[in-house]
Amino acid sequence: MSGVALDPKTSPVFPMAAKAALGDTQMRKNVRHATDVIQSKRARVVGEMPDWQQLREAGRQIRQHTMEHLDFYLEQFEENCTRAGGVVHWARDAEEAKRIVTALVKASGSDEVIKIKSMTTEEIHLNDALAAAGIHAYETDLAELIIQLGEDQPSHIVVPALHKNRQQIREIFQRKMNLPELGETPQDLADAARMFLREKFLRVKTGVSGANFLIAETGGVCIVESEGNGRMCLTLPETLITIVGIDKVLPRFQDLEVVLQLLPRSATGERMNPYNSIWTGVKEGDGPRAFHVVLMDNARTEILADKEGRQTLNCIRCGACQNACPVYRQTGGQAYGSVYAGPIGAILTPQLQEMHYAQSLPFASSLCGACYEVCPVKINIPEVLIHLRNKVVKQNTAGIAGLFDVEAGAMKAMAMIFKSERRFRAAQRLGRIAETPLVRKDGRGVGWIGWLPGMLGGWTQVRDLQEMPEETFRDWWEKRRTNGN
Amino acid sequence: MGTEMMVATNSGTARAEVLRRIRVAKGGTSDTETAGTAWSRVAREYRRSAVLEPKSLLELLEDRLRDYDAHVVRVGYCDVADAVAKMLAARGKRRLVVPAGLAAEWLPAGFEFVRDDGMSSTALDAFDGVMTGSTVAIAVTGTVILQNVPGQGRRAVTLVPDYHLCIVNAADVVETIPQAMDRLHETAKLTTTFFSGPSATADIEMTRIKGVHGPRHLDVILIV
Repeated sequence: MSGVALDPKTSPVFPMAAKAALGDTQMRKNVRHATDVIQSKRARVVGEMPDWQQLREAGRQIRQHTMEHLDFYLEQFEENCTRAGGVVHWARDAEEAKRIVTALVKASGSDEVIKIKSMTTEEIHLNDALAAAGIHAYETDLAELIIQLGEDQPSHIVVPALHKNRQQIREIFQRKMNLPELGETPQDLADAARMFLREKFLRVKTGVSGANFLIAETGGVCIVESEGNGRMCLTLPETLITIVGIDKVLPRFQDLEVVLQLLPRSATGERMNPYNSIWTGVKEGDGPRAFHVVLMDNARTEILADKEGRQTLNCIRCGACQNACPVYRQTGGQAYGSVYAGPIGAILTPQLQEMHYAQSLPFASSLCGACYEVCPVKINIPEVLIHLRNKVVKQNTAGIAGLFDVEAGAMKAMAMIFKSERRFRAAQRLGRIAETPLVRKDGRGVGWIGWLPGMLGGWTQVRDLQEMPEETFRDWWEKRRTNGN
Repeated sequence: MGTEMMVATNSGTARAEVLRRIRVAKGGTSDTETAGTAWSRVAREYRRSAVLEPKSLLELLEDRLRDYDAHVVRVGYCDVADAVAKMLAARGKRRLVVPAGLAAEWLPAGFEFVRDDGMSSTALDAFDGVMTGSTVAIAVTGTVILQNVPGQGRRAVTLVPDYHLCIVNAADVVETIPQAMDRLHETAKLTTTFFSGPSATADIEMTRIKGVHGPRHLDVILIV
C-alpha cells in the first residue's frame, strides 16, 4: 500500500485490505506495542483525575452546543480574526480548499512550504495539489517526516508512523538523508531529523498548518503539539496559512480549559503535551506578517444535517478510540483506506464521502463499545456505526436498483421462508444437503464452513460458520414429546 | 496581493453557501443571545478551584516539572542572579538572548546577555540559550505559560535557542488549568505559549525523546 494515497474513492473494501494487513506480522507487532504503551499511560493519567467524567460531560456539551450554533460561532470567529489582521477564506469542498491554499502559497512568493502535521490537509491530499502546482511541501513532524521520506501513508491520527519500528525508520533516514553511518537509537534518529529540518525552518518563508481549535470569542487559533516543529512553522515564516474544518470552532476562550484537560491525556497519555500555541491574527514583530485561515466544509454540513450522525463532528482527534479498538489493533490503520482510521474513521470517513464511498467501514467493528468508553467527548461510536450500517443498507436497496438488488431479494425470500413452518423445515433439509461439499471437519470433528459462494460470501469473509446440526431443535423436541419424556 | 484579493472575492460565494448549508442542516439561524444563553447552560461540574495548601502547590509543580526532565530550583527574590549564574555555569552557557523588559537585577555579571531587538532566526540560532520570565504556571500539569509582554517577548526567542532558563514567581503558580485560563482571560488575544518540559516526541516506538525541534534543555527558577 506504500506510496499510494489513502483515498476512500480508490481503496479496497475493508475486509480485503484487512486480510492483507493481517499477514504483515511486523506491522501488527509494532502497532500492538505502540497502542499498549499509549493505553497504559492514558489509563494512569486519566486515573489521576477525580473529575474525569464531569470533564467528559462538559466536553460533550460544549461540542454539541457548538454544533447547534455553528453558523454564529463561525461568523464570530471570522469577525474577530479579521479584526486582528487575519484573512478568512471559506471553502465548500476539498477542491476549493486546495485551490485557495495553492493560490495563497503562490501569492506569498514561495515555491516551498513547511508543514505541521495536519489531518485536514491529509484528508484533502493537499501535498499532491501543491506538488502539481510546483510547490514542495516539507512535513516537519517527526512521524510525518518518516511517512513522507518513506513514501508511506499514515496509520494513526496522533502517531502516524506507529507501524514502523526504529530499524525501519533508520533505513529510511539513511537512504533519504544520505547518512550511511546513522545509529538506531531513537535519540540518534531524532537528532538526524533535527539537523535535516532546522535548515528548512530557518529558510522557508511560508508555513501551512491545521488547527486543533478556533476560538470564536477572540478570533484566536490554538495548536497542541509536542516537538516544537509546530511552533517553528507558526512563528518563523512570513506567511502562515491555516486550514481547518468548520467543526473545529470553540465558543469561548474559557472552553479551552476543558479540551486542554481532555485532549493530551486521551491522545498521548500525558498530563499536558509539551507545547500549546495560541495566536490571534497577526502581531507586529511576533510571528508571520500575513495570516490566512481557510474554513473548510467538505461534507461536514452533510454530517451536521444527519441528527444521529451529527455527534461525529464532536471529535477532537485524540485517537484514543483507535488505541482501544480490538479491530484496529489487529489490522493497523492503513486497512481503513482513509487517513482517519479506527472507530472514528469507521464513522467519519464514509460520512465525509457523503456515504458514496467507504461503505464497508461501518461494518469494520465488533461493536464492543471500548471506543465509546474512552472517548473524551463521549461520542457514542457504536450507536453511529449501527445508524450508518442502516443507512448503507437502505441506500443500496433504494429506488429502481433496489428492485434488482440480490441481497434485498434474498432477504425477502428469507422472510417468506420464516413465515411458514412447512417452508422453514424444507429449507433446513435443503440446507443440510447443500452445505455438504463446503464443510471441513476440525480436529475435534466439528464441521466448519470457511467459504460460501456468491453473496453469502460476505458472511464467511470475516467469520467461519459452523455446519448445521444433524438434528434440528424442532425434530428433537417432537421426538422427546412422542417418547413421553 | 492581487492574487490574494482574487482568492478572497471567490470565497464570498463559498461563505454564503457554507453558512446556508449549516442553517438548513440545523434548522435556523443562531444569534448572540440564543448562543449566549445556551452556552451558559453547559454543565461545568468539573474541578475549577484549588484544594492544595500553597506549600504543597509548589511541591507539586516542582515534581511535575522534574517529571518532564526540567531542572528546578527554589530561591528568594534577592538570590535570583546567583541562581542564574550557577545554572548557566553548570550548563556551560555564556551568551544568552533576553527579551526586552527582563528584570535587570536577575542578570548576573560574567555572562553576556543580549537584548532581542527583533533579530533574525539565524541570529537567534547562534545563541547558547534564552532567559525569560513567565505569566502563569500550572502545578497539576507542570506547565509554564508565556505571553508577549515585557520580560517574555516574542515567540521565536524562546523557540530557536537550544536552552531555556525560565523564572517563575510563586505568586503566579496556580493548581488547575481552569484557574490558569481565568488568569489569562483578560489578555487572551496576546500570543501565548504553553510549555510542559522541553521539546519531546514519542513517535519512535513510543520512547520519549527530548528536544526534537524546540529547546532541548529547560531550567526553572522558582522565586518564593
